Amino acid sequence: MLLTPFEVIMDNLLEMRGICKNFPGVKALDNVDFYLNKGEIHALMGENGAGKSTLIKVLTGVEEFETGQIILEGKKNIINKSPKEAQANGISTVYQEVNLCPNISVAENLFLDREPRKFGFIDWKKMNKMAKELLDKLDIKIDVTKPTENYSIAIQQMIAIARAVDMSAKVLILDEPTSSLDDGEVEKLFTLMRKLRADGIGIIFVTHFLEQVYAVCDKITVLRNGCPVGEFEVDNLPRVQLVAKMMGKDFNDLENIKGENKDTKSKELLLKAESVGSKGNIKPFDLELNKGEVVGITGLLGSGRSELVRSIYGADRRDTGRILFDNNEVKIKAPIDAMKLGMAYLPENRKDEGIIADLSVRENIIIALQAKKGIFKLIPGKKQEEFVDKYIEILQIKTASRETPIKQLSGGNQQKVILGRWLLTHPDLLILDEPTRGIDVGTKTEIQKLVLKLAGEGMSVIFISSEIEEMIRTCQRMVVMRDKKKVGELKSDEISQKNIMSAIAGGVDK
Amino acid sequence: MKAKINNIMSTELFLPIVSLILVLIINIIKTPNFFNITIQNGVFYGYIIDVINRASELVILAVGMTLVVASSGGTDISVGAVCALSGAVACFILSGGEVSTSVYHSPYIVAFVSAIIVGLVCGSFNGFLVAKMNIQPMVATLILFTAGRGMAQLVTNGQITYIRVESFKMLGNSVKGIPLPTPVFIAIAVVILTFIILKRTALGLYIETVGINNKAAKLVGLNPVLIRFIAYAFCGLLAGLAGMIVSSRVYSADANNAGLNIELDAILAVALGGNSLGGGKFSLLGSVIGAYTIQALTTTLYAMSVSADQLPVYKAIVVVIIVSLQSKGFQRIIKEFKLKRKVEKVYEK
Repeated sequence: MLLTPFEVIMDNLLEMRGICKNFPGVKALDNVDFYLNKGEIHALMGENGAGKSTLIKVLTGVEEFETGQIILEGKKNIINKSPKEAQANGISTVYQEVNLCPNISVAENLFLDREPRKFGFIDWKKMNKMAKELLDKLDIKIDVTKPTENYSIAIQQMIAIARAVDMSAKVLILDEPTSSLDDGEVEKLFTLMRKLRADGIGIIFVTHFLEQVYAVCDKITVLRNGCPVGEFEVDNLPRVQLVAKMMGKDFNDLENIKGENKDTKSKELLLKAESVGSKGNIKPFDLELNKGEVVGITGLLGSGRSELVRSIYGADRRDTGRILFDNNEVKIKAPIDAMKLGMAYLPENRKDEGIIADLSVRENIIIALQAKKGIFKLIPGKKQEEFVDKYIEILQIKTASRETPIKQLSGGNQQKVILGRWLLTHPDLLILDEPTRGIDVGTKTEIQKLVLKLAGEGMSVIFISSEIEEMIRTCQRMVVMRDKKKVGELKSDEISQKNIMSAIAGGVDK
Repeated sequence: MKAKINNIMSTELFLPIVSLILVLIINIIKTPNFFNITIQNGVFYGYIIDVINRASELVILAVGMTLVVASSGGTDISVGAVCALSGAVACFILSGGEVSTSVYHSPYIVAFVSAIIVGLVCGSFNGFLVAKMNIQPMVATLILFTAGRGMAQLVTNGQITYIRVESFKMLGNSVKGIPLPTPVFIAIAVVILTFIILKRTALGLYIETVGINNKAAKLVGLNPVLIRFIAYAFCGLLAGLAGMIVSSRVYSADANNAGLNIELDAILAVALGGNSLGGGKFSLLGSVIGAYTIQALTTTLYAMSVSADQLPVYKAIVVVIIVSLQSKGFQRIIKEFKLKRKVEKVYEK
């Protein structure tokens, strides 16, 4: 194949062309192209399940791919069979969880498995000197003989990057490196990234944080459902467009879709949160909720949606602020306190935090009410069966019997069981965190209808979802989150796809 | 009929019961007099009575161990040492510090309650380390596993303390006019009482929930720390009770040998009962059957005149067989075998 002049000029470092990868039943990557130049920071973006991780795994040899080719510095058909081989080819990855040994020194971590030796023994002096030189070059000023765990996650990440770079990385992949860093640490990391860019290294930056993409990246490649949406210059792509691209909507078509007007019936205040926050998790926020109101919380993944509700419910630690419930200041130290006030929380991660897998449908439904009643007031067997049959009926749960272990049910039915668990406690405030994720369309609609019905009966609902249409259909008010911060609220008449996306994207709109 | 058999076979207690029957069948073949029961002085005698009697401490410990395993997915390896310690404390109180005594220096009830409290305190200590401090159960209970016997030695001053009073022997032997040894009744009482507590309160459900999914347990309003703590404390309390029986059997406190290695049998009893050592759902009855199985096995081997020091070898062989029979791997093999036969049948047609 002849090289086109374009390719010569562009100084292409890495090309991935027409990559396809199938998982059983799913097209994880469908004909994906990805180009990376020397001295470029390239963001890889997309919502959950978009194929970012799979693409990275294919590139680093963790997963095999079916068709397509990888070209590195003009060398064709590079196929990495393992991360080690990828590293030998100059492709290194630094993950969110730092892969360093915490209790050995920084220098040891930097030169692990390739220590300088003298007569077969490790030459400590030389190793420490080399380590210091390496870190000095990258403007990281720390004591290389100290154990690595003495340093913050940010510094550890930089050490991991230094190690990767020193092993002659040409392509550096940073997989969500900033998720556990605070603002100052992120800035330090960016300085390092810019320095590496100047040295001609190509950096692939995987992140959910929009601000960070605009702060440090040159180009953005967006994936959606395993398909490439396109490659864009950062300067030519307004935030709002990026959000629309990630969510698979054409921004200009969005104007028309709007929710039906759902008027708030009462103006009675149920919940008031004043500057509630938790360090590193979510910045202080205010929130008010009326009786019978459905409030949506929207934002991209990792924007702090779950953290917001969890800090109210007592599932996560809370450092600041106070919560008023029914006009009384309340102390919520653990979920049970919130439950006793009349709150219920359906968690985001059904499998990890929702279902109690080995227990029966019956036990899974009554457990929350039982916990509320206390250990000595066991709900009598007859009563339990009555309750369970009632909610199996109302929610149309498809199960062989009430004694079937919940793990044998389909995802949608499991979710209904958990919904039943909370409805049985007759809450005044129902918090639903991604209640429709990973369940079929029919069940989704049922759940949306149920939410509206409950609100009509006077229950307040906080609704979190990644699907904007769903939110528009159900919510009367919308709280917008970005980068672990509440950035705004949309009133009933302002709720539209366009407004929501603008708000999520924030910054300067065009 | 076939459906009925399948139904019986699918219950969780099926395999433990089969294991017990298996051990007993070996006896019918090898030692025909195994099931003979005679009455001497109004008391039943015989191998089978011996099994039920000797298994008592193990049954009591297995009950506690079941709850520990279910709630935390870990084991309490200190129960044997706690037995020794509680026995030592009781005998110390009764003997007033002397090596041997033929009269009580303090009322019996004081000694008995102290022994139980010692067990409860030890269990609470374990529970605090595991539940509150999040230390791995094996490591946390290793502390008392090693220190417990040392503390018992300190209490008894390194000697065996003898209590030569008839009433002290009643707990571990038999009471006049009652044809069965006392420990049998105590074990049965513990099992029934625990069963009632688990079924009449929500404790059983809480323990299973915490053992299966800690995060979900928290979000539905449970306090996993407290529930685990209760399980360990209760296990310690039962160890204290078992310790009293052990020392009453030999009317003495022997810091070195009381309840030696019994923690391993207790853990094994839980496993033989078809319970997962990973925690979660549990069957108390399964563990009890497991405990009787182990004791039946031990007595069987003695009846076949295997010497005490060779005993572990034979025991190990039988245990391997029983545990593999109950394992997931073996069940998969059976399933595949059944499937293969089904396919062959289809081909024949």
